[in-house]
Amino acid sequence: MFNETVLKEINDIRVKYPDRRSALLPSLYIAQREFGWLSHEAMLCVSKTLNLPEAEVRGTASFYAMFKNKPVGRHVIQLCTNVSCMILGAEKLVDFIGNKYGVQPGGISQDGRFSLVIMECIGACGTAPAMLVDTDFYDSLTEKRIEEILEGYK
Amino acid sequence: MEKFLLKNIENPNSADVNEYVKAGGYKNLSKALDMQPKDILEEVKKAGLRGRGGAGFPTGMKWSFAVADPKFPKYLLCNADEGEPGTFKDRPILEKNPHLLIEGMAISGYTLGSEYGYIYLRGEYPYAKDVLNKAIQQAYEKNYLGDNILGKGKRFHLAVYQGAGAYICGEETALIESIEGRKGQPRNKPPFPVNAGAWSMPTIVNNVETLSNLPYVLEIGGEAYSKIGSKDCPGPKLFSVSGCVEKPGVYELPMGTSLKDIIYKHAGGTRNGKKLKAVIPGGISTPVLPAENIDCAMDFVAMQKAGSMLGSGAVIVMDESVCMVKVTYRALKFFEHESCGKCVPCREGTEWLRKVLHRIENGQGREGDIELLTDVTWIMSGKTFCPLGDGAAGVVTGMLKYFRNEFEEHIKNGSCKFVS
Repeated sequence: MFNETVLKEINDIRVKYPDRRSALLPSLYIAQREFGWLSHEAMLCVSKTLNLPEAEVRGTASFYAMFKNKPVGRHVIQLCTNVSCMILGAEKLVDFIGNKYGVQPGGISQDGRFSLVIMECIGACGTAPAMLVDTDFYDSLTEKRIEEILEGYK
Repeated sequence: MEKFLLKNIENPNSADVNEYVKAGGYKNLSKALDMQPKDILEEVKKAGLRGRGGAGFPTGMKWSFAVADPKFPKYLLCNADEGEPGTFKDRPILEKNPHLLIEGMAISGYTLGSEYGYIYLRGEYPYAKDVLNKAIQQAYEKNYLGDNILGKGKRFHLAVYQGAGAYICGEETALIESIEGRKGQPRNKPPFPVNAGAWSMPTIVNNVETLSNLPYVLEIGGEAYSKIGSKDCPGPKLFSVSGCVEKPGVYELPMGTSLKDIIYKHAGGTRNGKKLKAVIPGGISTPVLPAENIDCAMDFVAMQKAGSMLGSGAVIVMDESVCMVKVTYRALKFFEHESCGKCVPCREGTEWLRKVLHRIENGQGREGDIELLTDVTWIMSGKTFCPLGDGAAGVVTGMLKYFRNEFEEHIKNGSCKFVS
């Protein structure tokens, strides 16, 4: 079960909305932060805390791309390859990351350092190509710049 | 034109409440609270403000439906789920001018008789979330939000709700499902959200940019606002320009600025002076225009006449080095991924289109594939539950209308000549 601090955090969110179900997405984010991904145990905690059927918790969680249904690396690289980024060479960057760090889209590198997720537009089209590493934002990417940035994520 | 939506954003502290007030912020909220809500609504109608999220629905009309509904509480939802590929126009407001949005929402809440507002923010904008939360906290401290706004006895409460990476949640009924803690699948209409939306109560969903226009409407008055830009849909408009241009970015220009001027006058023309091939004018769901058709006014009415849509005003510029088949394939891969799965024509159609486009792009196109694409788009168009499926079909139809030869060439040669 969640500890007292987390339960209070969820309760503070819950009171902002007319019903407890509305706290589901924010609670899933919290569970993901606590467990690293939405494991069975993580979702069970959410289900119990909000008093919602586990099937509904799972159903909602599985709909959204940013909720992880499997373990992820220590850092998650979220690279956009949608049209504006694609035009400016994002696909080559996918290959570069794959070769350099041994991580394929949807996978984890063997050392557990990185996960790579292909994103559908992160709203940085004007400074494409762009990516999020965990929650940090980087744009105007080149192979060299990616190398420098990822140095900071061990 | 003097900037209003992006005013002051060069100031590195523009997101701070004190800087916003110094630049004249929150005085329109004070002005609004001294007016009658019905008079503000009249100003919004007079202004001719239309929704900036893509549909262009008259804001005053939407609001009057919600006001006419006798049920309370009413909810005001800000659609900050800016997911349309190519679109990044709301980001500067959210990250650099958050108090403009908060002021706009407080004014709107008062006008609509709504005391609770939520900003539905896309999950891909974690930085904006922090900025908004801080700005909201400051606004509470300074009494621009709360139970007794500016000591004038009015209430408005505001919170940020973080989405989790589903494009469909930009559709207003899917957004409502999502904020209620469900899968973001669109609802049947009627009932419309203005009568039975979030938590079954009257709900007004407006885009970030729309709500951020409210302080301006009050500052200069509906009459003066209606004289900016296009007659049919006036006001300032944010255009986000990306792709093969010298100066990509967000530009605040009068509604109705020509697409050609946006690209050549403001965004510096094509990158390295290469030959322009095509432009997607309003985000990826809007039909493509070939280079020779870009001399058109960017507003909701004129763009429809030009055979496309204004959408979110997201201009994606493509030069001669870009393969149209590949762009179409990538767009459909996106739509397939984002289709919510609720209705069959969209769920199956997007997958089918993506598969056929994939084989054409990869040199395995078959005779009859173009007819097959056309057939599938016909099956989808107008037969899906929400506009996502229509948009997906429209992308393919638009590409085939102007660049059919490229598709034929791929099939005939069994290869893509643009592969570098």
